[in-house]
Amino acid sequence: MTDLSMPQTQTRSQSATGKIALRWLLYILLGLFALYYLMPLFVMLTTSLKSLEEIRTGSLISLPREVSFDAWKTAWSGACTGIQCEGLRPYFWNSVLIAVPAVAISTLLGALNGYVVAQWRFKGANIIFSLMLFGCFIPFQVVLLPMARLLGMMGIAGTIPGLIFVHVIYGLGFTTLFFRNYYVTIPAELTKAARVDGAGFLRIFWSIFLPLSLPIVVVTVIWQFTQIWNDFLFGVSFSQAGTQPVTVALNNIVNSTTGVKEYNVDMAAAIIAGLPTLLVYVVAGKYFIRGLTAGSVKG
Amino acid sequence: MSEWLENHLPKVVLAPSFIAVLIFVYGFIGWTAWVSLTRSKLLPKYEIKGFMQYERLFDSPRWDTAINNLYIFGALFIAIAMVLGLLLAILLDQKIRVEGAIRTIYLYPMALSMIVTGTAWKWILNPGLGIESMVQGWGFPNFEFDWLVNPDYAIYTIVMAAIWQSSGFVMALFLAGLRSVDGEIIKAAQVDGIPTWRIYTAIIIPSMAPIFLSAFIVLAHLAIKSFDLVIALTGGGPGYATDLPATYMYAMAFSRGDIGQAASSAMIMMLVVFAIVVPYLYSELRAKND
Amino acid sequence: MAPILDINNLFKNYGATEILKDINISIEPGDFLVLVGPSGCGKSTLLNCIAGLEPISGGTLSIGGKDMTHVSPKDRDIAMVFQSYALYPTMTVAKNITFGMKVRGVDQATQDAKLKEVASLLQIEPLLNRRPSQLSGGQRQRVAMGRALVRDPKLFLFDEPLSNLDAKLRVEMRTEIKKLHQTLDASIVYVTHDQIEAMTLATKIVVLKGGVVQQIGTPAEIYNNPANLFVADFMGSPAMNLIPAQATKNGSGTEIAIARETGDTLVLKDTRDLSLPKDVILGLRPEDIAEAGFRAGAGVQEAACLVDMVEPAGADTYVVSELGGKQVTARLHAETSAQAGEMLNLAFDMSKVSYFAKETGERLN
Repeated sequence: MTDLSMPQTQTRSQSATGKIALRWLLYILLGLFALYYLMPLFVMLTTSLKSLEEIRTGSLISLPREVSFDAWKTAWSGACTGIQCEGLRPYFWNSVLIAVPAVAISTLLGALNGYVVAQWRFKGANIIFSLMLFGCFIPFQVVLLPMARLLGMMGIAGTIPGLIFVHVIYGLGFTTLFFRNYYVTIPAELTKAARVDGAGFLRIFWSIFLPLSLPIVVVTVIWQFTQIWNDFLFGVSFSQAGTQPVTVALNNIVNSTTGVKEYNVDMAAAIIAGLPTLLVYVVAGKYFIRGLTAGSVKG
Repeated sequence: MSEWLENHLPKVVLAPSFIAVLIFVYGFIGWTAWVSLTRSKLLPKYEIKGFMQYERLFDSPRWDTAINNLYIFGALFIAIAMVLGLLLAILLDQKIRVEGAIRTIYLYPMALSMIVTGTAWKWILNPGLGIESMVQGWGFPNFEFDWLVNPDYAIYTIVMAAIWQSSGFVMALFLAGLRSVDGEIIKAAQVDGIPTWRIYTAIIIPSMAPIFLSAFIVLAHLAIKSFDLVIALTGGGPGYATDLPATYMYAMAFSRGDIGQAASSAMIMMLVVFAIVVPYLYSELRAKND
Repeated sequence: MAPILDINNLFKNYGATEILKDINISIEPGDFLVLVGPSGCGKSTLLNCIAGLEPISGGTLSIGGKDMTHVSPKDRDIAMVFQSYALYPTMTVAKNITFGMKVRGVDQATQDAKLKEVASLLQIEPLLNRRPSQLSGGQRQRVAMGRALVRDPKLFLFDEPLSNLDAKLRVEMRTEIKKLHQTLDASIVYVTHDQIEAMTLATKIVVLKGGVVQQIGTPAEIYNNPANLFVADFMGSPAMNLIPAQATKNGSGTEIAIARETGDTLVLKDTRDLSLPKDVILGLRPEDIAEAGFRAGAGVQEAACLVDMVEPAGADTYVVSELGGKQVTARLHAETSAQAGEMLNLAFDMSKVSYFAKETGERLN
């Protein structure tokens, strides 16, 4: 018995050492990849805290010898986006003024649409939903020209309401999809019970479906906010000096050809522009990922 | 009246959105298609002249570059992001203790604007002050890394930044796929004594075919629409070495005043997207309705 | 008295598919009508049509003497209990029960009084502040009933309300529903696929198949005189034995010949005055076949049969023998000495036999 079990123990301990080594390798690999993803953020942050002099002489990845927030101040309120030199601040608020109403309106409409498509099926509802869904996937280049003309005709070209309008229209497909996919999982009997109880379309939505919707509202709001905040194409196409969103302003600061190239200001501005969505991601990452996967894999 | 309203309220509620989509998606596509068949320059003209805009497009060396770049960018971006995403997903699937934190780190670039990503990578890849000078500073004075300003290589810098931005997302997709594989099948395979790597290659990965398809569709869609990243990272340059169809369209529409070219290039982009997305969505919707 | 529910020539189509064909049903106040049939027979659709949740494609429907064909559910004076209970997940039990009254603008005092009354009737007072997710299946069931009862409607509709409960609870709730029906003297339409539920609860049963009414009658009528082979087979457990046989007129009675696997023919005599075609299907309930000596009466005929299988089931023992190429089940007393593979004398109560046409499956006697 004993001599039989001996070699067995040996192989077991051998494979155990192998397993531990593999485990280490695994964690090292994961750590290296984590460094890869964190490196640009780290470089942005350290660069934004260095003086121009230090940037020119020091290494990309060295920590700042002397931490200075001057670049941040300049990025926020002094950097030039072309001829104006007011920093990102006004454009940051433009983005807020665009994103908040656009997110709210498109989410509310998406909730109502999703509620109709999922719970109040009528003939043709599926076709309507499919048409809306296909609309999510068009390259927006194909609507840029007519939209520019339409905004002009409506007299809201180059205005913030114009951008809100555009974001609501092209966000509808996704918000409807999100709510529809959430509401189809709610048994149709619930609607039936409420109808027998005497509640109508809006009452059922308000008293029964909306109170159930917190998770999907969070997902949708985060998705829409990220999309709209990070948008560049609509921003650059449909805004004019003074109404540009923060992404457009950031690009203008970085590519501004006047004066000395202030890399530290560029990096501070980039972080400021990225901060709101990054914050949302850190605070509500779970919902952010759910939105991403729901937006790509239907169902 | 109120009876009628009560009965038709669902349709009434859906109608504005539906009409908006009809006009602003399908109507606008129609408008663009129409204009792509005219001689429109700075202002749209509505007299149909046939396919001359498309002929001009395909004769244009700049469009040629844009399409070639799309091939290079699309192929590399999709392939590498998928492989990297799958690798990361499998690594993370090994009951890692700090999985949540690592996942958060891998995925955060997806929350950033492409403009932010482009700005960061533009700095990192800056030949005078970025990686090149850093490696030179480590004692390799002959190290050269000027892809960002080299017309032959600049497109690869866009690939690099795009992968950094999106691979974490592919990982999240694959990780969800790995987790959804029936645990009993895996247990059965383990009981049969099949080694872990074989379980992955023979059982888990083949069963994730739909996820591969989804990831491919999403990445292809991202690649074709890529615009912001190019603008922020290279501005389409040097010259127009890193032009993609999206930047070509934008340049024609808003700086060159050539609406006909803008419309025809946009139509080509849409056809490419639809060739990829429509069959996918169609099969998804059918599967849902059955 | 006017019928509480009157359905005339009701049709229901989804596109080109006919779901319900020419349904005619009428029930009196206090009736407990059970719609029973296999899944997909249209029984739930019919209930939804009665509720107004599905528009009907043809015919008329009146509740309490008023035409309701095109009236919306909220104005039909009905209450409904659903299979999944359909409790509003974000509301407490009390809110669930009073939601209908609240929507209709009933004043708070009445709401409270009604809630109290129903809660004590169903013994759910301790649950009133809980949410549906904190309740067990049986408790949810009670709340769902409470939501219906509180409305005090002309007609109650139940859509398979017990099918999500485990077997023991189902029997308990069945009894309770029956008691409620008796105390409240309510008019009920109840859908189930469970024929035992149908038998125990109903004052009137409608058997549906493929959207067509097969038979309407009291439980006893349906059980004893099934209108066709489908009803005969569907109602009762174990199912009615349906045996191919040959009928020959003999004097005032009829001789029924059944082929056996041994090659010989079993001949049973039915003394009733019947006129039957030659080929018939003989239907006999398992309890109408007993062990010889345990059943007496004018129509009882005894014959020795080979026992293929013995299945003790506690109170009874089932014995299976092959007759006319079918597995025929007899329900014997528990202490029977029957042994598989041995011959046993069985007593067939021919006065209980139903005959069906071989081709159409329709009842002949």
